[in-house]
Amino acid sequence: MATSSVSKGCFVFKPNFKKRKISVPVEDYFNKGKNESEDSKLRFETYQLIWQQMKSETERLQEELNKNLFDSLIEFLRKSYSGFQKSSRDWGCQIKLREIPTAALILDMKHFLQKLVSQLMMDCCVDEETKEGSIQVAQKKTHCSMDSLSSWYTNVTRKTDPKMPRKKRTSSSQWQSPPVVLILKDMESFTTKVLQDFIIISSQHLHEFPLILIFGIATSPIIIHRLLPHAVSSLLCIELFQSLSCKEHLTTVLDKLLLTTQFPFKLSEKVLQILTNIFLYHDFSIQNFIKGLQLSLLEHFYSQPLSVLCCNLPEAKRRINFLSDNQCENIRRLPSFRRYVEKQASEKQVALLTNERFLKEEIQSLLENLHVYHSNYFLVLRCLHQFTSSLPKYPLGRQIRELYCTCLEKNIWDSEEYVSALQLLRMLAKDELMTILQKCFKIFKSTSEKQLGSTAKRIEEFLAQFQNLDEAKEEEDTSGSLSKGLQKTDLYHLQKSLLEMKELRRTNKKQTRFEVLREKVVNFIDSLVREYLLPPETQPLHEVVYFTAGHTLREHLNAAPRIALHTALNNPYYYLKNEALKSEEGCIPNVAPDICIAYKLHLECSRLINLVDWSEAFATVVTAAEKMDADSATSEERNEIIHARFIRAVSELELLGFIKPTKQKTDHVARLTWGGC
Amino acid sequence: MMSKLELKEDRMLEVQFVGDDDVLNHILDREADVLTGAKLKKERTQLLVNTKKIIKKPEYDLEEDDQEVLKDQNYVEVLGRDIQASELAKTPRKNVSLSLKNDPEIINIPQCSKGHSASDNVQLKNNDKSEFLSTAPSGLKKRLIVPRSHSDSESEYSTSNSEDDDGVAQENEEDTNEVILNQKIPSQNRAVSAPVCKETPSKKMKRDKTSDLVEEYFEAHSSSKVLTSDRTLQKLKRAKLDQQTLRNLLSKVSPSFSAELKQLSQQYEQLFHKWMLQLRLGFNIVLYGLGSKRDLLERFRTTVLQDSIHVVINGFFPGISVKSILNSITEEVLNHMGTFRSVLDQLDWIVNKFKEDSSLELFLLIHNLDSQMLRGDKSQQIIGQLSSLRNIYLIASIDHLNAPLMWDHAKQSLYNWLWYETTTYSPYTEETSYENSLLVKQSGSLPLSSLIHVLRSLTPNARGIFRLLIKYQLDNLDNPSYIGLSFQDFYQQCREAFLVNSDLTLRAQLTEFRDHKLIRTKKGTDGVEYLLIPVDNGTLRDFLEREEEES
Repeated sequence: MATSSVSKGCFVFKPNFKKRKISVPVEDYFNKGKNESEDSKLRFETYQLIWQQMKSETERLQEELNKNLFDSLIEFLRKSYSGFQKSSRDWGCQIKLREIPTAALILDMKHFLQKLVSQLMMDCCVDEETKEGSIQVAQKKTHCSMDSLSSWYTNVTRKTDPKMPRKKRTSSSQWQSPPVVLILKDMESFTTKVLQDFIIISSQHLHEFPLILIFGIATSPIIIHRLLPHAVSSLLCIELFQSLSCKEHLTTVLDKLLLTTQFPFKLSEKVLQILTNIFLYHDFSIQNFIKGLQLSLLEHFYSQPLSVLCCNLPEAKRRINFLSDNQCENIRRLPSFRRYVEKQASEKQVALLTNERFLKEEIQSLLENLHVYHSNYFLVLRCLHQFTSSLPKYPLGRQIRELYCTCLEKNIWDSEEYVSALQLLRMLAKDELMTILQKCFKIFKSTSEKQLGSTAKRIEEFLAQFQNLDEAKEEEDTSGSLSKGLQKTDLYHLQKSLLEMKELRRTNKKQTRFEVLREKVVNFIDSLVREYLLPPETQPLHEVVYFTAGHTLREHLNAAPRIALHTALNNPYYYLKNEALKSEEGCIPNVAPDICIAYKLHLECSRLINLVDWSEAFATVVTAAEKMDADSATSEERNEIIHARFIRAVSELELLGFIKPTKQKTDHVARLTWGGC
Repeated sequence: MMSKLELKEDRMLEVQFVGDDDVLNHILDREADVLTGAKLKKERTQLLVNTKKIIKKPEYDLEEDDQEVLKDQNYVEVLGRDIQASELAKTPRKNVSLSLKNDPEIINIPQCSKGHSASDNVQLKNNDKSEFLSTAPSGLKKRLIVPRSHSDSESEYSTSNSEDDDGVAQENEEDTNEVILNQKIPSQNRAVSAPVCKETPSKKMKRDKTSDLVEEYFEAHSSSKVLTSDRTLQKLKRAKLDQQTLRNLLSKVSPSFSAELKQLSQQYEQLFHKWMLQLRLGFNIVLYGLGSKRDLLERFRTTVLQDSIHVVINGFFPGISVKSILNSITEEVLNHMGTFRSVLDQLDWIVNKFKEDSSLELFLLIHNLDSQMLRGDKSQQIIGQLSSLRNIYLIASIDHLNAPLMWDHAKQSLYNWLWYETTTYSPYTEETSYENSLLVKQSGSLPLSSLIHVLRSLTPNARGIFRLLIKYQLDNLDNPSYIGLSFQDFYQQCREAFLVNSDLTLRAQLTEFRDHKLIRTKKGTDGVEYLLIPVDNGTLRDFLEREEEES
């Protein structure tokens, strides 16, 4: 059955019913694409497992982060509802309660409201029903008035009343006439007029139609006052709720998903950089970030056969035993493993390269090392972050992700920023240092790693020493030398003597005990960093868990279709790899595809293009190209063909959006882009 | 004409030596012209030239020459041939033709960017010089291809040659050519080069280029007038081709680089399984890049989708709409024979259906998701909502330059795209084959046939009314300010021809026409309604001829 027709544009294909039942399982696609690589099934399962874990973790995180907000919002709803109850009895405050209770939510996360709605559904499902109901009414009747709405409301509440107690038995019996909650998802996009009218009208009917508004605001609370004049906004009783900023959200997500040994999968510096850049410079969307993470996970398991070992340690050890010869060969080919082998003694080298069993044992220990490396790595990273995050100007970044990126990229102690950070650390005051040390102590205490257990003890010792400093009186007398300088003197001598004093101080300055201790602490941290924050490339078998192909990620997530189009038109050699198409920059050979030639010619024009001139220029180029072959057809026919080719190229350029027909002048087209290259 | 030109050029290609005196005379003439035209003092010009030199931009080299001519006799002597050449090239002939040189790969598009320089100069001189420049004899500016080695003398020079006096023009141009290309070897074998790219790729040049681009942009858009040549396609015999001939002609063209193209598409075909995997895992796939992706998607369909329900949607089909997509899903995929109140209702129904039955799976293949008919916000929202369903898988292609602008964040998160670049270079045969997408050479057969079809179903009186309007429109072909026939006049004419007896009948008739999109009404500045047939005049004439034949 063909898929093109002049009478319709949709073509449905249904396979035979029998066939349809055997649908291909997803994992089949996982292995068939690549040339039947190793352990694909296992890899796919691992992928599924890890992804599920990560996904549920992020969902849990999001829920946690929003919990406070939800709770307070629901509290607000409840409160305003009881307000309604009261007001219906108390006529006195009826006038005062012309104000519609309103919650203004400042949202940084896009899909947050969806969650909110579902949460509300659970908490007060009646509200939702009524809300939907009201919309339906509005759809049915074009001449819908507030009166009809409120009479409908009384109807509905009366009808649902008998049901109510059953539904809401848990909540108090107050919910007799539930308020209508109206959620305006995206307040900025409403026409102000409509919104104003709606608010004014519904405030008039508030006594018979209890309404609570929830505005979703993406920018800032001022927008309410900008959209609504005072007369209107005074009808609202607004309470503000602010959700967590998305950057903080990102930090938590990173913290829980990547800076942990819970998930074996890790991102390389480049990939992490790309993902955070997309987040920070393009969309501020956690959802997209998670999507990027999912894609990298998928790509990793899809393209790296050894990713089968990317799972928790006991399972990985088990899997090592079942590795095929091919997979062993894969391991031997890993650059990091080769480097490792070269460092070994020659007998061991031979054994590693020839003996499978020996190799497997070695891999086990290496993987274990890798695991230990990671757990130490994150501890020390967090500790270092504690130190650097409070420094002025943040030489190593304010967020832990920045620090992490630098550490992933290179030896951090070689960087200038690290040196200056250490210098700043040497100037910290005692109380600052102590709070940081206490935090670090907590970090180390929280885990029971054997190697770093001593570190916790060291920090504890430091803390104790600082405490002792307090108790032991400062012996040094600082006021000694100052008294003698108070003689009458001129500026020159004063300067001179000050300089001398400075010299004197520097040379035989005696460090206080605090300074000595501070120096010790800084050196201690430095040694920790040098020992544990080695970049992952130094670790053998790091390829198993690190995903490095950042370019594929960028290609698929943050594509640049315009650039692709431009390259294809400007430099066909890039795609076609034909020597005939090779040319200097900015020129294209006359044998290039027609559309490239037409495009190039069109670049030379300004806003309008005369089709006749264009077609003649095109014809000239093309004939020149053909002359080289042979003039086979008669010239008239050849010209016709060339003209047809030109027409095709022009209509293709129109389809691509480079030109459009214009009526400004006969036989002209307008250029829609500007600039050449 | 072209071959004739070539012949001529063979004969006329020679450098003519012009005596110094001639040159001087020529220049002085010109100078006088210019001075009277612009009322400029010599000193002033000189001064201006200096400013110009400081902000020297390669683009204006010749403009500068032009200025320098005004300066002094000494200058003229120093500059020598240079000036002569550009002077000659600027002989006040106003027409253009495509010039062919002995090196046929060097192509100029006659294109007047005079507007740029004019406004630029206005800026510089703060004087009423634009007039002078735009009336300056150089009719059109051409861009000449220069070997890239010599990047600083970007040669954009004005030339004008006339069809009746090709020889001189050719010669002038040759002359100029030589001046500009002196000391360098003209690139012999290839190069259609865009002038914008001529700079050496050094960084400095790049910076210049961007600033140039910005300025050029504003220059080009500052004046509302764009000067291009006035030639029209009607002069060319083969201007109009219909779809069929076009296809026939194109079928004779042997595609070049077929081996490479095949390799490209094979490369993409290897991704099919990966696509399937990613589709099944909740991503949707969008293909972009130059060239029709129809064949690729078609191959994808036939290789991996044979055993699953799928819908192919031709976005480029002019009659496509979201409604028809939803209809084919509800009616043909879900076998539902009911109607829906609105598109949104239908969408809700589909969404519920797919959520209820998780064994249901549907693949959507959309060619040209960015087509005219589907690019609207509502359509995209609906398709996005469909694609966000767990068991609907969407794979689509986009071609338009600005296609990604269709999607804001909300839609992007609905679509959950993975982008794949698939540059195929294959011609957009199917996509451009529908009548509306062909740019200039509309065969007119489709509107003509539909016109006849619609009018046959009308009463003779109605046909008469319509014919009246056609005739009136054709009579006013040459009137550029024609905006249509006013209702009152039309009524008068119809009455006179005994076609209607009251303006109500005419109005009723017009409503019918309007419903068939045969006419368009427009309110004029005086508030009167004007009637217009939105069909091109050639078609109308054909239609009249045919009508007359039949009667």
